[in-house]
Amino acid sequence: MEVLVTRQINKYFYEPEKFQVLKEINLTVNRGEFLSLVGKSGCGKSTLMYVLSTMDTDYEGQLEIAGQKLTGKKQDELSAFRNEHIGFVFQFHYLLPEFTVLQNVMMPALKQSKYAREDIRDKAMHRLKTLGVEEHAHKPSNKLSGGQQQRVAIARALINDPDIIMCDEPTGNLDTYNTHLVFDIFRQLTSESNQTIITVTHDDEFASKTDRIVQMSDGRVVV
Amino acid sequence: MAGNRFQLTFEIAKVHLLSKPKQTIIAMLGVTFGIAMFIALVGLMTGLNDFTEDITMTSAPDIHIYKDITKPRQSILQQIYPNDMVWVYHQKPKNELTKVRNAKKIIELIRKNELVRGVAPALSSQVFCNYGPVQLNGYILGVDIMEEDKLFGIKSKMKEGRIEELLANREGIIMGKGLAQKLDTKKGDRVVITTPEGYTMTLKIVGIFQMGIGVIDNVRCYANIGTVQTILQQDPSYITDINIKLTDRHLAKKIAAELEAKFDTKAEDWETANATFLTGVIIRNIITYAVSVTLLIVAGFGIYNILNMTIYNKMKDIAILKAMGFAGGDVKSIFMIQSLIIGVIGAMAGLLIGYGLSVLISKTPFNGGDIISLDHFPVNFDLKFYMIGVVFGVITTAVAGYMPSRKASKIDPIEILRGQ
Ligand SMILES: Nc1ncnc2c1ncn2[C@@H]1O[C@H](COP(=O)(O)OP(=O)(O)O)[C@@H](O)[C@H]1O
Ligand SMILES: [Mg+2]
Repeated sequence: MEVLVTRQINKYFYEPEKFQVLKEINLTVNRGEFLSLVGKSGCGKSTLMYVLSTMDTDYEGQLEIAGQKLTGKKQDELSAFRNEHIGFVFQFHYLLPEFTVLQNVMMPALKQSKYAREDIRDKAMHRLKTLGVEEHAHKPSNKLSGGQQQRVAIARALINDPDIIMCDEPTGNLDTYNTHLVFDIFRQLTSESNQTIITVTHDDEFASKTDRIVQMSDGRVVV
Repeated sequence: MAGNRFQLTFEIAKVHLLSKPKQTIIAMLGVTFGIAMFIALVGLMTGLNDFTEDITMTSAPDIHIYKDITKPRQSILQQIYPNDMVWVYHQKPKNELTKVRNAKKIIELIRKNELVRGVAPALSSQVFCNYGPVQLNGYILGVDIMEEDKLFGIKSKMKEGRIEELLANREGIIMGKGLAQKLDTKKGDRVVITTPEGYTMTLKIVGIFQMGIGVIDNVRCYANIGTVQTILQQDPSYITDINIKLTDRHLAKKIAAELEAKFDTKAEDWETANATFLTGVIIRNIITYAVSVTLLIVAGFGIYNILNMTIYNKMKDIAILKAMGFAGGDVKSIFMIQSLIIGVIGAMAGLLIGYGLSVLISKTPFNGGDIISLDHFPVNFDLKFYMIGVVFGVITTAVAGYMPSRKASKIDPIEILRGQ
């Protein structure tokens, strides 16, 4: 069953001059799939991820996630949708530096405000534990190492049990040990809780172990 | 669970403020300073206004009836040729008496009006006061001292002697403290009074009063009506002024107009008589508010700047918050809450400091000198101004915070994330 569908997505940049960065992207991703997006630097991977993540609405074509047509929705509706259905992991960990690790992880759930604060806290602690960083829960997030921060960012992306977790080069800054760790976590998520992962990567070995590799070249999906 | 969501924006705002304590405190101090100055200034200004208004009003009649000899009169030519175009330029004033006709009758009639608290007849004249070699200008007021006391509370203003001594003493006089000091006289001394017409009489000082206003205390003397009629060489019906106090002084304008029409004399209400004084009050108020508003606007710019800076430094955080599902409105409220916290705490501190300053000012010794008898600054502690201060402060910070907050809400997260 598909969780994400795109139809004929085109996108242009107008600065410094008009050029088409995404060309006729037709992509279908199934629930529980672990998909990697690869391609040369500058081929449009990040741009596509921003479109898929609903943050970039300036495109032509159709985007549908978890059965909802998202093209044309208002910003506030998209924010609420992201909060509920999409988790993000960036290459640079992007934790909020003034908050503790635990506060960072709890934040999307507090924003959603579907559950009581105590339950959210328990869930966040549980996530931190499965990711092996629970002993840092009360430290300021910027006091952690890169690998630890990336795991905290993953815990944060998972807190609302999103349908899709989108990652843009999540292991780009990590050593082999941490890269393996992240891969194992993703694997587990797709196989055990049937969540979907779409991740951009430059790491061929990493990509080769995923369920499906989508190759991009010059704004097009080639395989 | 909406409370939960507000709690979250509030917490984020709090963390932002606490993570830059120096900046936060500086922003608050701007508001604090503005409000404190407002409270101190407005307290002092209105305190002074109220004080002077109070003593001016207690020593002045609500309505003053007299004959207006400067009133333009018809020339003889105009009387003879009433239907022709006749202009007489620069008519000389007629030599006429400033007597209020039928004063006794008028007083009786006015007294019947239940809005009137008291009516007192008086006649007055410019005089020279001589004591030894010293000669000074004075103003003698012939009064029924008991009636006068009912209107202006002379009893409580007496520094030496009692007003009853004037009744007992036909040749007595009660002198203003400033005049007595300048003449270097005291109770029991005899002073020579000379009228502009050259009539001279020696009167004995039976008491000394102080109203607290230089313009009165430095010139005025009270004597019996008969005494003044004698020195002016006028008959016993001669009255130049009728002073009226009302139960409510704000009715003065209306009642004065009625009296003027009814008795065909000039009846002047206190507002008209004290127009310059009241203009002064308005100008002082304008200055107070102008200075305070300026200070608050400066504080507002401070908040605007600091919030702009915070938002600039927090672009990345804002992008992440938006990526994880915060709507533009949530981001806006995070920063609005910050500016409101700065405003509310800053304003509260401003009230406290303003109150402290007011207390200090009210304890500062101040010599009003000749003009006004004052030993400390009068300060107004009216709660109204404290409330205006808070409302002002919070509105200023809300306005100053709005633009940066709106800008923050409009930040496009991908612009920021792409830039990294
Ligand atoms: N904001 C932008 N304005 C104009 N061109 C851009 C902008 N962002 C990216 N590009 C261009 O779009 C192309 C795709 O960029 P990107 O999606 O970041 O590639 P990738 O992530 O695959 O390396 C590149 O040629 C890049 O220079
Ligand atoms: Mg990229």
